[in-house]
Amino acid sequence: MTATYRDAVRSALRQALRDDPRVFLMGEDVGRYGGVYAVTRGLLEEFGPDRVRDTPLSESGFVGAGIGAALGGMRPIVEVMTVNFSLLALDQLVNHAALLRHMSGGQCGVPLVVRMATGAGRQVAAQHSHSLENWYAHVPGLTVVAPATPQDARDMLLAALREPDPVIVFEHVLLYATEGELDEQAPPAPLRGAAIRRPGRDVTLVTYGGSLAKSLAAADRLAAEGVEAEVIDLRALRPLDTATLLASVARTHRAVVVDEGWRTGGLAAEVIATIQEQGFYDLDGPLGRVCSAEVPMPYPKHLEDAALPQPESIVAAVRGLLGRDG
Amino acid sequence: MTERERGQRLLREMLRIRRFEEKAAELYQQGKIRGFLHLYIGEEAVAVGAFDALGAEDTVVSHYREHGHALARGLSMDACMAELYGKATGVSGGRGGSMHFFDVARRFYGGFAIVGGMLPIAVGLALADRLSGRQGVTACFFGDGAVAEGEFHESLNLAALWRLPVLFLCENNRYAMGTALARHQAQPDISRKADAYGLAAEAVDGMDVLAVADAARRAVSQVRATGRPFLLEARTYRFRAHSMYDPELYRAKEEVEEWKRRDPIPALADRLAAEGALTAAEREAMTAAVETEVAAAVAAAEAAPWEPVADLARHVHAEPGS
Repeated sequence: MTATYRDAVRSALRQALRDDPRVFLMGEDVGRYGGVYAVTRGLLEEFGPDRVRDTPLSESGFVGAGIGAALGGMRPIVEVMTVNFSLLALDQLVNHAALLRHMSGGQCGVPLVVRMATGAGRQVAAQHSHSLENWYAHVPGLTVVAPATPQDARDMLLAALREPDPVIVFEHVLLYATEGELDEQAPPAPLRGAAIRRPGRDVTLVTYGGSLAKSLAAADRLAAEGVEAEVIDLRALRPLDTATLLASVARTHRAVVVDEGWRTGGLAAEVIATIQEQGFYDLDGPLGRVCSAEVPMPYPKHLEDAALPQPESIVAAVRGLLGRDG
Repeated sequence: MTERERGQRLLREMLRIRRFEEKAAELYQQGKIRGFLHLYIGEEAVAVGAFDALGAEDTVVSHYREHGHALARGLSMDACMAELYGKATGVSGGRGGSMHFFDVARRFYGGFAIVGGMLPIAVGLALADRLSGRQGVTACFFGDGAVAEGEFHESLNLAALWRLPVLFLCENNRYAMGTALARHQAQPDISRKADAYGLAAEAVDGMDVLAVADAARRAVSQVRATGRPFLLEARTYRFRAHSMYDPELYRAKEEVEEWKRRDPIPALADRLAAEGALTAAEREAMTAAVETEVAAAVAAAEAAPWEPVADLARHVHAEPGS
């Protein structure tokens, strides 16, 4: 069947709530409001206020409560509306969720799933448009994923719930309304590992989340010029699937990383460093990256568009690597 | 247990903490223990009194000055000392050190060293109990410094809003590291802050172990009976520096000496002696037994193995099959 990304996330949440009495949802406006992106609509009515729990605007408080509930044997799914607000819970996620197993010498597992929307593109300006996945992907102890399709949105959320340690799930805001194939009976899928979304022989485009569609659009345009791009969807940002990246580069000998985060210190830099360290002799030229411009996100559409990776800028970056400028 | 036995047990527990930490300070000077070492000396009546009111089914969350809570909870002194050494036999396998004691089998969930950070986690542990139908109170220890953190206010609100069985136990030792209470709180009466969130609260003399035990028993009973949170403020004092690096420029020696006259250990010992509940011989035997236990813990820690460097990458994620 065809479903939106939003419906796919809801399908996974509903299945998890039905299958496991330890699972409960918690977050700002997840209950009566139905979720700011309508992801949790209907779940309060179906599962009741103990399991679909509205919270005060206390990001640190309810993320910490999620950690405590996970320590106490539950399987909480905490929605932190957006990555922008997650900065108020950074202490809980980085200082506590990620470290507890280690500090306790392996005694304390935190099987917590935290979902949050990320990314720009809706003209909501500088404080609601961050793409800070790399902040979390930096931290040992966390697993960080960014499903880009409805099927992955369902499968990876269910997979995250089977993890004994904390998982952060990033959902790009522009994906919620997108449609794709969804098999609600699909068997468990791996949480980790990249996927090749489009095979190609001339250049590898490495991307994830909200930039996948842009990269595929760029690949179509390049194909019209006779350049076959292979598009890799990272899916998991920590750990990175190095083997799939290196195998692709060994075939194409060139790569461009497309990442909505800012360039400096970003995830793209990590991917490029990894390819350089382990795949240098497979390369025919320098690696490239297309990131967001180093400005806070402006409000007007023409400036926001200019700040973000776009199919045009991806095509231009590939042309540059291939010496086909203009 | 008779009153006599109970009094002697409370004294022994305070003495164990005191001597454990005095020895730890000595070992620190010898370079056997490194990193941060925050001593609880002076505050022992709070932990010992509180644990007198808590049972094995209750859950404990503590801060970075937690040696006293760990020992009063029944964590092995050998394993606590080994943790200070960083040895593999420590309560946290040596990975945590002084600030991160854990013993999940005893429901002792840390050992947290970000001030205030453990408060929401305690709320979550209580939420898990509530949702899974498990009985028990979650006791969360924190200092007066944590009261200035947003997480204190978020946690009191959440616990009260969701009616969770949390005993918030503030160990008000009058200093947030080096900043005096009156210099960091516009309203320095901490117990009054509970009003804003609809919690019951009480303040107690934290230098009197019997008073703390009585207050803790009242508070724990109320939490058990109502399922609602309670804020207990124990007014106490830290006799030693904040950590081993602290030159104590922020408080007068006279003030410290004044508080030392209220030392909870001799206070209880003298009281028991006056009531005929502790003979000189019993007191001597108790001191000797504690000395022996501390010496054995040091010997065990000295002899214990280090974790091999080859294991460095362990305990980041669950191990397969665990």
